[in-house]
Amino acid sequence: MINLEPLIYDKTSPGRRGVRFPESAVPHTDLPADLVRQDLPLPELSELDVVRHFTKLSQLNHGVDIGFYPLGSCTMKYNPKINEETARLAGFAGIHPLQPVETAQGALHLMYLMQEFLKEIGGFAGVTLQPAAGAHGELTGVLIIKKYHDFNGDTQRNKILVPDSAHGTNPATSAMSGFKVVQIKSDERGNVDLEALKAECDDTLAGFMLTNPNTLGLFEENVCEVSEIVHQAGGLMYGDGANMNALLGISKPGDLGVDILHYNLHKTFSTPHGGGGPGSGPVGVVEKLVDFLPGPLVAVQDQGGEDVPPYYNFVTPEHTIGRMKAFHGQFGVIVRAFTYIMMHGAQGLREVSEYAVLNANYLMALVKDAYRLPYDRVCMHEFVVEGRWPEIEGVHALDISKRLMDFGFHPPTNYFPLIVREALMIEPTETETKETLDEFAKALLQIAEEAKSNPDVLHQAPHVTPIGRLDEVKAARNLVLCCGVPWLDND
Amino acid sequence: MFHPHTDSDREAMLKTIGAGSIEELFEAIPEDLRFPELDLPPIHTEMEARELLQDISEGNETQRDLPMFLGAGAYNHYIPAAVDFILRRGEFYTAYTPYQPEISQGTLQAIFEYQSHVINLTGMEVSNASHYDGATAAAEAINMGRVILRGKRSKAVVSPGVHPQYRETIHTYVDNDSFDIQGEDLDLTAGPEALYPLIDENTAVVMVQYPDFFGRVYDYTELAEKVHQAGAILAIVANPLASALLKSPGEFGADIVCGEGQPLGIPLSYGGPYLGILATREKYVRHIAGRIVGETQDEEGKRGYVLTLSTREQHIRREKASSNICTNQGLMALAATVHISLLGKEGLREVANLNYQHAHYAAKQISEIPGFEAWSDQTFFNEFVVKCPMPAGKLNDLLLEEGIVGGYDLGKDYPGMQDHLMVAVTEMNSKSQIDFLVEKLAEVSRD
Amino acid sequence: MKIESDLKYTSKDEWVRVDGNMAVIGISDYAQEQLSDIVFLEYLVSEGDDVAKEAEICTIESVKAASEIYSPVSGKVVELNEELLDTPENVNSDPYGAAWMIKMELSDPAELDALMDAEAYQKNIEEREA
Repeated sequence: MINLEPLIYDKTSPGRRGVRFPESAVPHTDLPADLVRQDLPLPELSELDVVRHFTKLSQLNHGVDIGFYPLGSCTMKYNPKINEETARLAGFAGIHPLQPVETAQGALHLMYLMQEFLKEIGGFAGVTLQPAAGAHGELTGVLIIKKYHDFNGDTQRNKILVPDSAHGTNPATSAMSGFKVVQIKSDERGNVDLEALKAECDDTLAGFMLTNPNTLGLFEENVCEVSEIVHQAGGLMYGDGANMNALLGISKPGDLGVDILHYNLHKTFSTPHGGGGPGSGPVGVVEKLVDFLPGPLVAVQDQGGEDVPPYYNFVTPEHTIGRMKAFHGQFGVIVRAFTYIMMHGAQGLREVSEYAVLNANYLMALVKDAYRLPYDRVCMHEFVVEGRWPEIEGVHALDISKRLMDFGFHPPTNYFPLIVREALMIEPTETETKETLDEFAKALLQIAEEAKSNPDVLHQAPHVTPIGRLDEVKAARNLVLCCGVPWLDND
Repeated sequence: MFHPHTDSDREAMLKTIGAGSIEELFEAIPEDLRFPELDLPPIHTEMEARELLQDISEGNETQRDLPMFLGAGAYNHYIPAAVDFILRRGEFYTAYTPYQPEISQGTLQAIFEYQSHVINLTGMEVSNASHYDGATAAAEAINMGRVILRGKRSKAVVSPGVHPQYRETIHTYVDNDSFDIQGEDLDLTAGPEALYPLIDENTAVVMVQYPDFFGRVYDYTELAEKVHQAGAILAIVANPLASALLKSPGEFGADIVCGEGQPLGIPLSYGGPYLGILATREKYVRHIAGRIVGETQDEEGKRGYVLTLSTREQHIRREKASSNICTNQGLMALAATVHISLLGKEGLREVANLNYQHAHYAAKQISEIPGFEAWSDQTFFNEFVVKCPMPAGKLNDLLLEEGIVGGYDLGKDYPGMQDHLMVAVTEMNSKSQIDFLVEKLAEVSRD
Repeated sequence: MKIESDLKYTSKDEWVRVDGNMAVIGISDYAQEQLSDIVFLEYLVSEGDDVAKEAEICTIESVKAASEIYSPVSGKVVELNEELLDTPENVNSDPYGAAWMIKMELSDPAELDALMDAEAYQKNIEEREA
């Protein structure tokens, strides 16, 4: 078993040095005495101390490079190593966001192509690369909805509809943008309940936020009807692209009636999740919304000629909602996703989704006799089971999750979507082998058996991790959020 | 391509599922909209992709090709080799948000240490696990101030010395409802006291930058008193590297510190991914956006770390969440944590001092060129504004012909400042680079 | 699960103890069980405030959930249980006693008639559970 690691503030030794800098070679200027900081309470360690510390910390983590990571809705697929190389090329990593565009034509070229690729994949007329993450893309999209209606004088449109299976960011984003949020229930097949939807479609409707495939891993069978109902009421269709890994080359959201969609480059296009970011959430829109996109976008300023490459520049759309962040988006992430698309082409991307869906259905078939499926249908790239058995008291999805760690697997997403009791949401992704899926299914079946025969082994899990279940109540009641801060008495 | 299936795998799996083909699994999709032909470039092998990306990257000129004196929110600093070595560990970069603490202690403890470093640098009491970038952190800071005052106050006072792109972002975030931003059109040459008359009982937040966009360093102690007298929140957008040398925003009395963490070990990378810093006082901890890591213990009493206070967040609060943010900039926060740890107390001061020394040398040399003068005599850190004898845009064009990327043309954001060039000088701009800039400035302005 | 017989209840699980013109408000044992360990509580009103029926008066949080508490009646806030801010765990251990939240002077005592008695509240919970 790997041991825990002390805090870096507990390893400090006054006077010890890590990285040093050259002496100043310019004539000295005095510091402004009244503004100089007296105390800088940061640790003091050698370089080796620091490298060992973080290496040891890394060993306390599970990652895709270590083992299976079927975290539903997060698309924890393999992160190709070549992407890490290309993003670090000096010509990408070493350029300043405000340097003259004539010295950054390579970057603009790449961004332009990326906009074009995402337009083509989703069936859209315009794409912004600016949003920093999926939730940030959602905010961009909802602000576009707001601006579009305001522009048309439809200021009474103050209501956004979300399905009851929606990710929490959908209502949070709508509320943050000043909209009222109304939840629409799902029907017995896991689709949007059309009658409930119609009842809310009036002249206050601004838009509907749909995740498709939805968070149950099911393709929304009535998607075209849903779009039609929303459009007829004057609303816009927002597509949450969290689950685009099921649709690459399978269907274009734009064709299904989606007006605005955010992509998650860190899910669908294999850029690393980084322990929680950086993500990247480009947004695609249909023709009538292109002028509302946040600026700047990359456009061709001069087509060039036979031996002259096109010349690119930044443009700001006419009725833009404004800027979503500083500079041009998560450029380094975009380089990685660009590399990934280049390696796949149209055929490869379609295969990504085909195998993602094959893997999910295969795994579902292996476990569905032991775990109840709330909706027994062909799934897309993920599926949801109940992590409980009515006849066994006291065994929860959480216990199953913790027990899976003993087998070397990361647990699925727990307790989401909210409409399934004790939900376990499983997304294997296309990069896993049949053997890995077989092993995982074997573990799940064994756990289902243990739940009956020896539930304590579940309750006490995990058994092999460096630390056991942590007391979250203590963490929240008695907040300790930092260490080594002289002006706080935490230590 | 990275899916590992052999033909026999596929057949066996389909048989288990009970489907005849993979296509059959997609029958829920309307038939006429199924399997569109995508018009995308052909498949590249890794070898070909590497070559292609190398070619594209060479269409850019880097800090190594051309000496650059550009800052304006993104700075060229030295990043020790060990930082990227740690970032490349698959255990860190192929993990996700640490929802399962038993197998995520590495990420959780690193974030806890990040929070500690940020608190120590900014002089605050609580930090989140990071935000997207400086601009979005500033926008969240404004929202936070509104929520702290329960939405009862309807305006923010924002200094024109806050980064123009941050101010644009703030407008994007708050313009959709009745909230007013004042102060952006104040006289640029005035100090923070120009904001005082705007601060009243209707003010939720006052926001200034430290050093401000023009590089000026002000003591905001008196401003903090005025803001607090009015019952408002003071948010300071800070460069964390400057705080290694100069008084921290916390010492002035800031309630919220936000800012761009890119100077702490993150490459320029054409503007992202960067690192949004967001820190505050303990009493406002429940109003901060984003993830927070806290210390606790397991059943055996072993110290460990968990995500805490998650009831503020969208997955529990849904439409009542403090923000819609889910992920942070995890890997960038790790970069900053490793960077700060490697440099340590002395190293960070050393590099901050080098910035100060080099910038002051450059400012002095430039102001001695006929036709050039310092725009302000206020204290500065590593960036300053010079009034030029010609439009800054034209000057930059001439410098580029000489192989130098000059400073930032302030005319782009501030009408009336066309003749003003903002110059950033870091430890990466050697004395000979500075001398070369000065020589060329003198030359091109003489012609 | 305990339901005190001398209290009035709402379908959102608040209870009211009436004493003349004064009402004391808290949340039921059933509500605290649903929320699990309470870690934080914050009042959204101050002493002296006039509060309308169904206005949000308090936010309460466990590790996994957050919930607003709505005023079952209209009136003027006379006293807040400030001690509870430091001992939110009392909501779990003594929901009808130490964990009282707000004392109000009723402005419309007739509103009490719309609230449930213990028996009706018991039924209400059973229906929700089914």
